[in-house]
Amino acid sequence: MRSDNHAHPAGPALADRVLEKTGVDVARCYQCGKCSAGCPLAADMDFPPSQVMHLLQLAAGFPEYAELALRSHTIWLCLTCEICYCRCPMELDIPKVMDALRHESLAQKKTNPKARDIIAFHRAFLDSVRTTGRLFEMGQVIDYKLRSGHFLQDMLQAPWMFLVGKLHLLPERVRDRRLLGRIFARTSKAKEKRP
Amino acid sequence: MKTGFYPGCSMKGSAREYSESLLAVAAALGRDLPEVPDWNCCGATAAHNLDPDLALALPARILAAAEKEGMDEVLVPCAACYSRLSVTRHELLADEALRRRISGLVEADFRGSARVLNIIEWLAAIPGLEGMVKAPFARRVACYYGCLLVRPAGVVNFDRPEEPQSMDLLMKKIGAEPLDWAFKTECCGAGFSVSRTDLVAKLSGLILEDAVARGAEAVIVACPMCHLNLDMRRPNIERRAGKKYHIPVIYITQALGLAMGLPAKKLGLQRHKVAVKFPAANSAAKDI
Repeated sequence: MRSDNHAHPAGPALADRVLEKTGVDVARCYQCGKCSAGCPLAADMDFPPSQVMHLLQLAAGFPEYAELALRSHTIWLCLTCEICYCRCPMELDIPKVMDALRHESLAQKKTNPKARDIIAFHRAFLDSVRTTGRLFEMGQVIDYKLRSGHFLQDMLQAPWMFLVGKLHLLPERVRDRRLLGRIFARTSKAKEKRP
Repeated sequence: MKTGFYPGCSMKGSAREYSESLLAVAAALGRDLPEVPDWNCCGATAAHNLDPDLALALPARILAAAEKEGMDEVLVPCAACYSRLSVTRHELLADEALRRRISGLVEADFRGSARVLNIIEWLAAIPGLEGMVKAPFARRVACYYGCLLVRPAGVVNFDRPEEPQSMDLLMKKIGAEPLDWAFKTECCGAGFSVSRTDLVAKLSGLILEDAVARGAEAVIVACPMCHLNLDMRRPNIERRAGKKYHIPVIYITQALGLAMGLPAKKLGLQRHKVAVKFPAANSAAKDI
């Protein structure tokens, strides 16, 4: 154990913060690997789910492992399909841990560059909901294109969607949009600047 | 017993045929499905990925609005919305301090009096469904539940988290032959449809491959995301797999509507990317 690393930005307390936010004690994971075996995207991740759990266990003594977890591509690739939680013999809610790590990663501005498009899509989604209260699919996709720079993606899909009546040119709106605005302003991420 | 209806955003847009077929079936069954008043988006994947408070607040406002309207249960046909509403109800009922804080946030008192129902629960509770069948849907079908209808088990308390049976039973009621297959609850890639289409093509391709290999004539779904990925993303799936898949993807309510003799157009079948057609060779083989 090293004692000189307590000022490390990720901090040795990451597992404690995960426990506080999710109720999941990562120390209980005994590395059986069933989560990684079931995870549909394990092969596309930099660390499969069981290794993320291991990183959190090790982070108490070695803060650089906390950094690896927070900067991982894995936490953004997790689809929350819940198969890991379903099969975990210790019943650890790993998807909830992934949520908590995503929130930490955002707050500490440590998001993996490879996750740029995924995060851009989520942000475009919430922008749309904040404006109208309901998702406006076309607005969201345009917002996503601007954020991600993928201007040409799905250019042929849109006319087809319009022809079969799946693409609306005007958004559906919630009547009480001022309340929606207040809700967004009160939630945890509201004080952070949305890029 | 008053049942409300939460359509969610996609059923008003890219999945409008799910809504159309549900409402057509409900009308034929004589069931009224009033929408939750002034409902908002549930926040979907984006909210719980980016903002934990928002992920609870958006569904809490929906449920509180349903409760205020005197709804005892809310039908949530989109599996993703169903998951977000179920998780929120579960977490707020388990933690009084959290319930109060989120209620304050949305300026409404969430009490948890309205149950959250998925489409299969709602359909399975209708008595005498077999008696409504006019044209048995005599096809070999792969019932695709996806992830969020059945998981997490302790939250949704519905069917088995892997190898579920409830949709298979419903399909039997309308004359279909549900098949044993391996991808009933494997993930289709869900919300990555736009941001990581490559991964969706991979995961959804595996699902289609298994369904086709086992001789399915149709994949039956109960989620707009699953449909979007298996149907609208078919060209991406085919490009990645290097082969064509002709198998149609049909909402559970569309299959039911067809069996009840409702016109295909009323069920929105014309809005699919992959034509809902069954090759003659296949229908001959179904006698096996």
